[in-house]
Amino acid sequence: MSLLDNRTIRVSGGILLAVTVCALAGPWISPHDYLATDFDRQLMSPTMKGGQVFGTDDLGRDLFVRTMLGIRVTLLVAIVASAVSLVIGVAYGAIAGFVGGRVDAAMMRFVDTLYALPFIFFVILLMVVFERNFLLIFVAIGAVNWLDMARIVRGQTLSLREREFVDAARLTGVSTARILLHHIAPNLIGIVVVYVTLTIPQAILVESFLSFLGLGIQEPQTSLGALVDAGVKQMEVASWSLLIPAGLLALILLCFNFLGDGLRDFFDVRHTG
Amino acid sequence: MLRYTLLRVLGAIPTLLLVIALAFLMVHAAPGGPFDDERALPADVAANIERAYRLDEPLPRQFARYLSGLVRGDLGPSYRYRDYTVSELIGAAFPLSLQLGAMAMALAIVVGVCAGTVAALQQGTYLDRTVMAFSMTGISIPVFVVAPVLVLFFAVKLHWLPAGWSSSAGASRMVLPVITLALPQIAYIARLTRASMIDVLGRDFIRTARAQGLGTLTVVRLHALKPAMLPVLSYMGPAIAAIVTGSVVVEEIFGIPGLGQFFIRAALNRDYTLVLGIVVFYAALIVLLNLIVDVLYGAIDPRVRYR
Repeated sequence: MSLLDNRTIRVSGGILLAVTVCALAGPWISPHDYLATDFDRQLMSPTMKGGQVFGTDDLGRDLFVRTMLGIRVTLLVAIVASAVSLVIGVAYGAIAGFVGGRVDAAMMRFVDTLYALPFIFFVILLMVVFERNFLLIFVAIGAVNWLDMARIVRGQTLSLREREFVDAARLTGVSTARILLHHIAPNLIGIVVVYVTLTIPQAILVESFLSFLGLGIQEPQTSLGALVDAGVKQMEVASWSLLIPAGLLALILLCFNFLGDGLRDFFDVRHTG
Repeated sequence: MLRYTLLRVLGAIPTLLLVIALAFLMVHAAPGGPFDDERALPADVAANIERAYRLDEPLPRQFARYLSGLVRGDLGPSYRYRDYTVSELIGAAFPLSLQLGAMAMALAIVVGVCAGTVAALQQGTYLDRTVMAFSMTGISIPVFVVAPVLVLFFAVKLHWLPAGWSSSAGASRMVLPVITLALPQIAYIARLTRASMIDVLGRDFIRTARAQGLGTLTVVRLHALKPAMLPVLSYMGPAIAAIVTGSVVVEEIFGIPGLGQFFIRAALNRDYTLVLGIVVFYAALIVLLNLIVDVLYGAIDPRVRYR
């Protein structure tokens, strides 16, 4: 059975692909610029004329181009943050699972402790302390989201370690580092792919949460969270400026969650690690 | 049971210390001081201020002072609201947030458990699928999207409920914030309840109860509900954390003068001590509530006490 036979995967993956293509191509096709203000055209409702299909914001900037740029930023942050959490989580989990024993117990105890922390507050604290740095948002979100990944990878490694091919590799004198990299890691790919798909919506949530509160992406740059925040301020006179980015954000999150669920069923990965 | 409780309490202490140390270090690693302004202060004035707030002491000493203050419930002075201590500010703002959070939590448990149970009993039907579709949507869509959209429809367009926190509105001003805060938790609890209820309803002792001629409602109420609630109970920890986080957004959107709004103000104002104090307070609250959930779990399910 191929991946595309699964309807959930096909539909949610298709929508995400379409949104990404629009976000990449949209600003390039549109005649408008995301920075150009036009004080004769403030808070114009969506119209086909001039290609301002999403209307304009309170400074007369074209909302279609801004929304597409917002999607770009949101997706970029999510992907980079997920990559960060992937690297930390896989390394941590694989080492704990492979070494086992006391080291494993101590490392997982540490993860349990971190689970109890209200992480979002630490991210906010980080943003307060180190100015609003674009790069830092990536790292902060990634550094927060690696716990699930570590747990799942550890569970998988623990069971892989007992398999014959690892014993065989040991007997022929392969070093531990090489076993981890060449024998364990390739067998983790399926499960890791599934959980990355589920980490991405979490990263999007954190980024848009921060941007919504004014602690994330700063003007004139924008993201879906920042656009929702701007929309809230104008919603009484310009409901589209709230509903469009809010709807797109919801759509993207929903699709990633469905995609992750579909992939999980497809690879038949257990729900808990 | 006593041993189990004691072990849990001892286990919570390192977590709490880690939180405090991390938060403290982060705030003190900040480049520039808390009193840096656009215009640089004269050196002697800056030194005087630093001495007044004891920022000239070595870091371990400051940390020890902070910890000993913490034990006595003293979180230090606020850097921006000059006449208030952090504890006073938290004490003034927290009751409202607590009220909001408790109401949302109660609503989430009642509605979530009922919806999940109904879906489980009607498994595979149209009703079940509706509940599950709603649940997936509720889990995926963040509070800060749901809240403004609800305000837009129920307050701005339909005028059924107040949009903000006007004092003339009375109790109706609580409706939208509480619903917004509860929605994602309702969704999650409904999903959890449905899954575990389906599992429990398939067990032998349920079949026995049914064979004795008990009605569906009686079986659920007397036999299935308690074992089916265990996964929901263990979700209470994350749920509490989510409600605390969500309340920050909800208070910001609805203009509720609670602790969450204070936190965002403090973060934007770079009021270091207040931010640090609120983070420590929230962390302690979440650790404490998690502890209570753990102990309750041990009381209900004896198996976990001996693991």
